[in-house]
Amino acid sequence: MNKDFLIKYIYGIADNALILGQRLGELTGHGPTLEVDIATTNISLDLFGQVRSYFQYAAQLSEKEITEDDIAFLRTEREYLNVLLVEQPNRDFAFVIGRQFLFDHFHFLLLTEMQKSHDQTLVAIAKKSLKEVSYHKRFSSDWIKRLGDGTEESKQKIQTAIDDLWRFTDELFHLTEDDKKAVEEGIGVDVSKLKETYYKNVAEILEEATLEVPELKYFQEGGKKGIHSEHMGYLLTDMQYMQRTYPGMKW
Amino acid sequence: MVEEKVHIEEELEPILKQVSDPEIPVLSIIDLGVVRSANLDGKKAKIEITPTYSGCPAMDVIGDDIKAALKEAGYEAEVNLILAPAWSSDWITEEGRKALEEYGIAPPMDATSDKKALLGEEQIVKCPQCKSTNTHMVSQFGSTACKALFKCNDCQEPFDYFKCLI
Repeated sequence: MNKDFLIKYIYGIADNALILGQRLGELTGHGPTLEVDIATTNISLDLFGQVRSYFQYAAQLSEKEITEDDIAFLRTEREYLNVLLVEQPNRDFAFVIGRQFLFDHFHFLLLTEMQKSHDQTLVAIAKKSLKEVSYHKRFSSDWIKRLGDGTEESKQKIQTAIDDLWRFTDELFHLTEDDKKAVEEGIGVDVSKLKETYYKNVAEILEEATLEVPELKYFQEGGKKGIHSEHMGYLLTDMQYMQRTYPGMKW
Repeated sequence: MVEEKVHIEEELEPILKQVSDPEIPVLSIIDLGVVRSANLDGKKAKIEITPTYSGCPAMDVIGDDIKAALKEAGYEAEVNLILAPAWSSDWITEEGRKALEEYGIAPPMDATSDKKALLGEEQIVKCPQCKSTNTHMVSQFGSTACKALFKCNDCQEPFDYFKCLI
């Protein structure tokens, strides 16, 4: 059986974790407080750990002689299939938390469903990752409430971040051709079915945080097809430079 | 508590007991529950380990340490990383829990108590220094992925709490 669709499907899931992990990793030593610095980089580490499991599996499936490192570091921008949301920059702490919150709630629902996949490796990764993502979701949701129901300034900043990032949320529920094939095979998750629960869960927390739930009709998309925002190139340059400069370098 | 059946060859156990988690040196990998099987075929040992957290950077070191310890004892070792079933903090042995507390890390509680503790609903995490439960959480994420950071209100000492993961 041709496994190309499955490899692409795995990239679609893993690239979200990889790129978000990279964004969070940028905060190493730069977090607003020591505790937050440690928390965001711990989350980054969890995500990179998950990515390793996905890419090791994808490398096994591939007919080419590739490793997890090749997949992580040596693809071109168009070959990364992450959603636009996760590549958005760390503009301020509110954006870091807003992005995390909007992603964690999706990630949690995705992994919960992925536990029912017919692919046993994906089931194992989902079960493992879900335990970690429960902690991520709790962390980001707590901060949404703290910022939203905090001071006038914190409220205004987190509302701005949520309003700005909201336009990237719809893409989380789009299916590419490879995703559709994976769903047909009983391997993939039909993310379009998670949409209603997602917006309900997210809205509940925003309301508890005394924040407005944005009402938006226009959404942006592209990342899942490899069409990224202007931020992606800079991120990849930073992430890939070591492998590009010293090909095959290992720790 | 979920009892997991783990097969560890008798003659390999004392050797594996000497290998510890590099980030928690008082805890052997057997007591941490990351060794999922250890089988022997002649002098060839086959060991399966599972990570506590996906990104646990200690796994590579643990794998190398197992190989080194077994080589020293005259075995040839193969170490494989497995993901299923996913590691649970319930797999830390009683001995391991004691070692953690003596070392200054509060051992994980059951899931319900853990949730209450991490949500700040109840003060139940016991300070490993002065044994007071008058403690509070400083951060859900501590010095490593598996720990949360706490502080004792009585003796004022900060300490790590090993998070419950089931």
